[in-house]
Amino acid sequence: LAILPAVALALLTATAACAALPDVIDDVQPKIVKIYGAGGLQKLEAYQSGFLISADGHVLTAWSYVLDADYVTVTLNDGRKYEGVLVGYDPRTEVAVLKIDAQDLPHFDLHQAVELEPGARVLAFSNLYGVATGNEPASVLHGVMSIRTRLAARRGAFETLYQGDVYVLDAMTNNPGAAGGALTDSNGRLAGFLGKELRNSLSNTWLNYAIPAAELVGPVDDIVAGRLKPRDPDADVRKPLEPLTLALLGVTLVPDVLVKTPPFIDKVRPDSPADKAGLRPDDLVLFVNNQIVDSCAGLKNELTFVDRIDEVRLMVQRGQQLMEITVSARD
Amino acid sequence: MTRFVSPRCGACLGLLVLLAAAPPVRADVDSAVLKAEQERIAAIDKAKRTAVSVFAAGGRGGGSGVVITPDGYALTNFHVVKPAGTIMHCSMPDEKLYEAVIVGIDPVGDVALIKLLGRDDFPCAELADSDTVQVGDYCFAVGNPFLLATDFQPTVTWGLVSGVHRYQYPAGTLLEYADCIQTDAAINPGNSGGPLFNAQGQLIGINGRGSFEKRGRVNVGVGYAISINQIKHFMGCLRAGRIVDHATLGASVSSDEDGRVVVTNILETSDAYRRGLRYADEVVAFGGRSIYTVNGFKNALGIFPKGWRAPLSFRRDGKQYDVFVQLTGVHPNDELINKVQAPEPEIQPGRPMPGRPMPGRPMPGRPMPGRPMPGQPGDDPQQPEEDKPDGEKPEGEQPAPKPIPLPLDPGAAPQQNFSAEAKKLYVERRGYANYYFNELNRDRVWKSLTDNYGDFASLPQAWKMEGELAGAPVSFTIAPDAVRGTFPGGPAAIETGFGKDLDVQLDPPGSGGLLAALHIWQRMLTVGPKGYGDVYYYGTLPLPEREGVFDTLSGTYNVIDSRFLFDPSSGEVVAVEFIPSADSDSCEVRFGDYRDVDGRKLPHRMEVKNGDRLFGVITIKSISFSSQAE
Repeated sequence: LAILPAVALALLTATAACAALPDVIDDVQPKIVKIYGAGGLQKLEAYQSGFLISADGHVLTAWSYVLDADYVTVTLNDGRKYEGVLVGYDPRTEVAVLKIDAQDLPHFDLHQAVELEPGARVLAFSNLYGVATGNEPASVLHGVMSIRTRLAARRGAFETLYQGDVYVLDAMTNNPGAAGGALTDSNGRLAGFLGKELRNSLSNTWLNYAIPAAELVGPVDDIVAGRLKPRDPDADVRKPLEPLTLALLGVTLVPDVLVKTPPFIDKVRPDSPADKAGLRPDDLVLFVNNQIVDSCAGLKNELTFVDRIDEVRLMVQRGQQLMEITVSARD
Repeated sequence: MTRFVSPRCGACLGLLVLLAAAPPVRADVDSAVLKAEQERIAAIDKAKRTAVSVFAAGGRGGGSGVVITPDGYALTNFHVVKPAGTIMHCSMPDEKLYEAVIVGIDPVGDVALIKLLGRDDFPCAELADSDTVQVGDYCFAVGNPFLLATDFQPTVTWGLVSGVHRYQYPAGTLLEYADCIQTDAAINPGNSGGPLFNAQGQLIGINGRGSFEKRGRVNVGVGYAISINQIKHFMGCLRAGRIVDHATLGASVSSDEDGRVVVTNILETSDAYRRGLRYADEVVAFGGRSIYTVNGFKNALGIFPKGWRAPLSFRRDGKQYDVFVQLTGVHPNDELINKVQAPEPEIQPGRPMPGRPMPGRPMPGRPMPGRPMPGQPGDDPQQPEEDKPDGEKPEGEQPAPKPIPLPLDPGAAPQQNFSAEAKKLYVERRGYANYYFNELNRDRVWKSLTDNYGDFASLPQAWKMEGELAGAPVSFTIAPDAVRGTFPGGPAAIETGFGKDLDVQLDPPGSGGLLAALHIWQRMLTVGPKGYGDVYYYGTLPLPEREGVFDTLSGTYNVIDSRFLFDPSSGEVVAVEFIPSADSDSCEVRFGDYRDVDGRKLPHRMEVKNGDRLFGVITIKSISFSSQAE
């Protein structure tokens, strides 16, 4: 019975707001983009959603395999197409920012996002199922924000790295291709970010949720400021004379066969510093100190900036958990 | 701007409404909210009474529908009636079970027209103008999801319009949802064929498809309805008891690098080609809509039946051309009929299909033992084929997964226990969904003409007409064996007796066959559709520069095809089209200025066109009858 009031409220307020909704939606749609990239095989859709967060072309979207393409296409609501260049990404919240070469764009301001109370009526904008192409507007679904809660309590049930708060939604928002879409209140004000599809492996049900926009302000500011992107290999930065190496730590990575082979640990030498610090085979290295790394080559390069006498902080993904491990070659 | 009630009072009110039907009067609830609530209750109540739950004979599944006329015509999906056969049972919320017969089908658009029997005062839905539907409008579906309406009461699901003018790629070889309405109102298996209403309770579409994927065949917030405006175009053809095909231009288009929609292929036999459309021309408008994308063009095209004419505007070298184009069928000749009426492949009993439960052994997790949930791979005869996209999607965009129709399990074979009255309303004939309704309309059109315009069979057989064409005198005599006359270009004559093919007698020159058109006009008026040749009721067609649609008889006689268009209210013949061959321009005679002649009404104005070229307008000054041609 507990859910009845929320549903009834939604219906009532829905009708009261009826006249304005098409106008509200018209205002939001120009901020929503369609993103096309890698995928297309084995039920992995080659598209997802995103929305503009600056007038000069920053697009917030989900950090996913779709972006792992040589050329990522961003299609605006009016049908204009641009290359989306990766500005950076945050593995902890699984968001990425793309930049397109355009100006004077309608956009959401992440800093101006609203907080939602349970029972708030919401609209979800996304290109779920890739229904829209070209200048066709994204799909709009409606519903109610049921509760704000932490996914961490369900760790192990949902395959996600994200451990912060989510809005659980009484709306069918999280469909294929919907990741990166925008959640707004009934006045079209940004409230959240539609995350990747999350299946509960215990009950085989799917969660409809959004990440509150406030949770993304920090990571997105870091990305836009260039603090969350792989190091430019040509940058002129002083290196120590005797840098750290993987061999010194006792770590072997998987064979580096791709342009960007994800830096998974293949082997850890017994009794090595890495072993003592708790690193394990199949750990995926995401950060070296505060620098993001996206490939085996990037990880090796990053270590050349660390003196072998210093400690190094690694953030690794183990299964669906993030772990911070400090290791020193002197141990 | 928008007004909201506080969460607390709204919640209390909602709870009360849900628990007790009577609306409470609460001082702390905004009167606008109470008013909106009452309006919604009224809209649902009005709309719900028109909903039909289809139950196919012998438990072969079912679906939903909606009554649209007081005498019981109702809309549903083709994929609902396909397993149900020609006669089915339908329930309505008045707790009565009605028999229904199939009338007409549109297999490509997934629409079927059926007729419920037993009343002439059915509650019927009001048809909206679905082109005014906007994203963000509220809407609701009424139907029979999971065949829950065994207690006669349909299920109402409320939602938002999520998208309009959606184009959904064909699922399988037939179905194509063009220009459809997308909603997040729950559309589940069994909702197929049911109505989607706007918040005022007016019919905006027929639900029939949904996007699903890895979550099984239940609603995931993405359902599609065929727009009611599209169905309005097909209504005449559906009432004709026909198997109606969709239209194609005879040309394909794609986007060029500048985003223009250009012709990439065109059939030289198409009317579009004869009207001047060529390779690389830019299509700027079609069917009254501006065209900016390939999907936009497919949406504009997908709402027309085969045989309609629609305005086309195209651009070449900076010059724009505006023409009317006759649309041909998506399927050549009998291909559609063969697809629909070919015997279905036998499924051997006892051999399990992949993903399909053995009889008496329901799959784990299925909620309804004995009636498996539809939608698992393998149990869906209309699962989309793995056809490849046709290369018309813009670059860099992957094809979206194709939504699929929602048939329920066909189950066991039907048992025939229908009334004799229902059986009388079904006449089997190849090429027709139900030939009974074709004859019914053919006879209706003919009766309307003869009632209002007189009996032409008893007239003397030679009709002499005198008048003017472009300021010069014309005269001609129409008789059964010949038509002769004098035109500004000189004398002209055709022989129409046995062995005289009409397709090569196209006099007077430039008319495309005016004398032959007059001959078939007289023949139809004097011998009627039963004596004319092979005549069927096509349905309704529009005419360029005329409002409305016109009852159309399509006839074959001698070696030529012809069409006769009748005003649906007066019954008068408004146009005759003489079609010498499928790939040449017809001679079209538009009749007007009807006046009394010897107790009959005959036209005194004839506008003659060959293709889009005006041959001339003949003003008739006198008409006389004699028993022999001069």
